[in-house]
Amino acid sequence: MSNLYQRLETVAQLSEESRGGLDYELQPIPSETEVVQVNIKDKEELPIFVTASDTQLLCICYLWGEDEIKAEQRPLLYEAMLEANIPMPLSSFAKIDDKYAIFGALALTSSAEDLALELSTLSDNAIDAIDAMSDFLK
Amino acid sequence: MGLLNKLITAVRGGAREVGENIVDANAIRIYQQEIEDARKNLGRAKRDLTQVMAKEMQTAREIRRLQEEITKYEAHAISALNKGNEALAEEVAQQIATLEQELSVQTNARSQFTSHIERLKALMKKTEATIREHERELAMVRTTESVQKATRSISNNYGAGASKLLDAKSSLDRIKARQRNLDDRMAAADALESDSGMGSLDEKLKAAGIGDKNSARSDVMARLRQKAMA
Repeated sequence: MSNLYQRLETVAQLSEESRGGLDYELQPIPSETEVVQVNIKDKEELPIFVTASDTQLLCICYLWGEDEIKAEQRPLLYEAMLEANIPMPLSSFAKIDDKYAIFGALALTSSAEDLALELSTLSDNAIDAIDAMSDFLK
Repeated sequence: MGLLNKLITAVRGGAREVGENIVDANAIRIYQQEIEDARKNLGRAKRDLTQVMAKEMQTAREIRRLQEEITKYEAHAISALNKGNEALAEEVAQQIATLEQELSVQTNARSQFTSHIERLKALMKKTEATIREHERELAMVRTTESVQKATRSISNNYGAGASKLLDAKSSLDRIKARQRNLDDRMAAADALESDSGMGSLDEKLKAAGIGDKNSARSDVMARLRQKAMA
């Protein structure tokens, strides 16, 4: 198994407290680069994709597609996202191709506890973000 | 044009076909070579700096020595003059003139070393900045590529599999509904616990000092007392 998968397995086996009470299910995705899909129990609809470049770990959660945005509300949505970006702990908004996402980047040397905190925060942020921006979405 | 700008243009331009990279491998190799060269230059500059600083310190010591000598001979010359020994004073003056010439040579050398040190330090700063900049740019390219590759794999995987990413609002609704369901079940369990009367009766008994634990303790005490009397 890959290095990234093993690291995430360690995270999934941390104490309940370190995992913020979340249960993880891991699913490697066939790819030329390492990608692991992390499903969180009871939040399976918003999986987190973890990948590694040679400088950092990236945790990405897709939020909505271009086609889900109410066209006339787009500038308002962008403003709201920018305004929410700093208050939102550890995560930032991003756009990848035609999908909007939130992500967190970690140093490759981060501990399992750091990664666990990243994943649980990202998951909560994703739910909050969709909730906060839902007026701008179809 | 900055690298970030190039990356955005490349991503928008749709360099997304399998095997097609945002920045060609050759450009990455050039970057890596530049970083390596800059590191070598930095190493050389550090060694040079050490040598020049040692020379500068030597010169500074020599300057101090010459100045002390001059001060000493000046005092001697004045003593000779005071004693009316004009010829000896002349001889000492000649010695002072030689020392002053040497001092001037050393002072000149020192100022050259000092400016060399400044040049080397500036060069090192510039090289360090170059390394940092190239490493940052390389990280940008690499990260962009990782994300592109990951995205391709994720959409391929979802395209092939039965599972599908839902739209944002439906995802949120489902998660919220599940959470509400969980909250409701917990509330129901709580209500059941207190309604059944069992929980509350036990609590009342305990509060009144009556219950399993208390009676067990009094039984033990009674037994102990009997044993103590026997």
